[in-house]
Amino acid sequence: MPDLLKAVEAPLNQNIPELHAGDSVSVHVRIVEGNKERVQEFKGTIIRLRKGGNDANFTVRRLASHGIGVERTFLLRSPRIEKVEVFRSAKVRRAQLYYLRDLRGKAARLKEKRRPTA
Amino acid sequence: MKGLIGKKVGMTQLIAEDGTVTPVTLIEAGPCFVTQVRTVAKEGYEAVQLGFEEVNPKRLPAGERGHLAAHNLPPLRHLREFRGAAEALKAGDRLTAAVFAIGDHVDVIGISKGKGFQGTIKRHNFNRQPKSHGASDRTRSPGSSGQTTTPGRLYKGKRMAGHMGSERVTSQNIRVVLVDGERNLVGVRGSVPGAKGAVVVIQAHRG
Repeated sequence: MPDLLKAVEAPLNQNIPELHAGDSVSVHVRIVEGNKERVQEFKGTIIRLRKGGNDANFTVRRLASHGIGVERTFLLRSPRIEKVEVFRSAKVRRAQLYYLRDLRGKAARLKEKRRPTA
Repeated sequence: MKGLIGKKVGMTQLIAEDGTVTPVTLIEAGPCFVTQVRTVAKEGYEAVQLGFEEVNPKRLPAGERGHLAAHNLPPLRHLREFRGAAEALKAGDRLTAAVFAIGDHVDVIGISKGKGFQGTIKRHNFNRQPKSHGASDRTRSPGSSGQTTTPGRLYKGKRMAGHMGSERVTSQNIRVVLVDGERNLVGVRGSVPGAKGAVVVIQAHRG
């Protein structure tokens, strides 16, 4: 990427750890409701990470009530993201976990990947 | 006269504090030099000629070299004329991206990406013909191009297949969303004609 594109890049949010596809995360995002601002939590599995400076984003998938899948894409460098917590990392063999969309229940489980804890 | 010559850097997006995202094209604009001021007295109209990008003097024709040397200017690759009164500008002045301010509305002129020889669907937004019901090999053909014995010829300007792109295109009335005088960087909202690295002209939108 040309240096001049890098020059306008927003700083990385310090409250976002290194993320990987397959991570179970909780994203705390500030939303405006009427004239009040509050923090909303979105819990799910990261099924996609996209790099690219200011355009970098990640998609989190969760199963809402009645087994309906809900996916939400967050901009990695958005100041609206308060923090991201990683609960669990999974051993995955591809970068985009789109196959999870077609799986339900037991089949949609991911094998946990143990990482050395710091 | 408010204008600059620049090079398209590429596109990205700017994220505001409230989370709104603006698509932006970055242009490395300047430093530009005023190479000539045209006056009503001498040339019959008012304009300013700007130059951009220093170059090895050997790569310039002797005429251009002399033209630039007359005002002690460095050898410049690109010269463009901007219509309008010079106001305080005089030959030899150095302009940076700071001539524009955030919120200004500008026109950006460039040469669009070449598309080669293209059919009527891509070039003129024609519709395609049916893929089935007996149509075997002409789904993308333009269909009828005229009438019958009267007029017995095609009207001039009939839209047909041909070369597309590589032409002068102006993105009109787009907003300046970023100015960095130090890095000579101008960011405009949305897209701008041309490939990365292409020379573009930014000027204040008229009207």
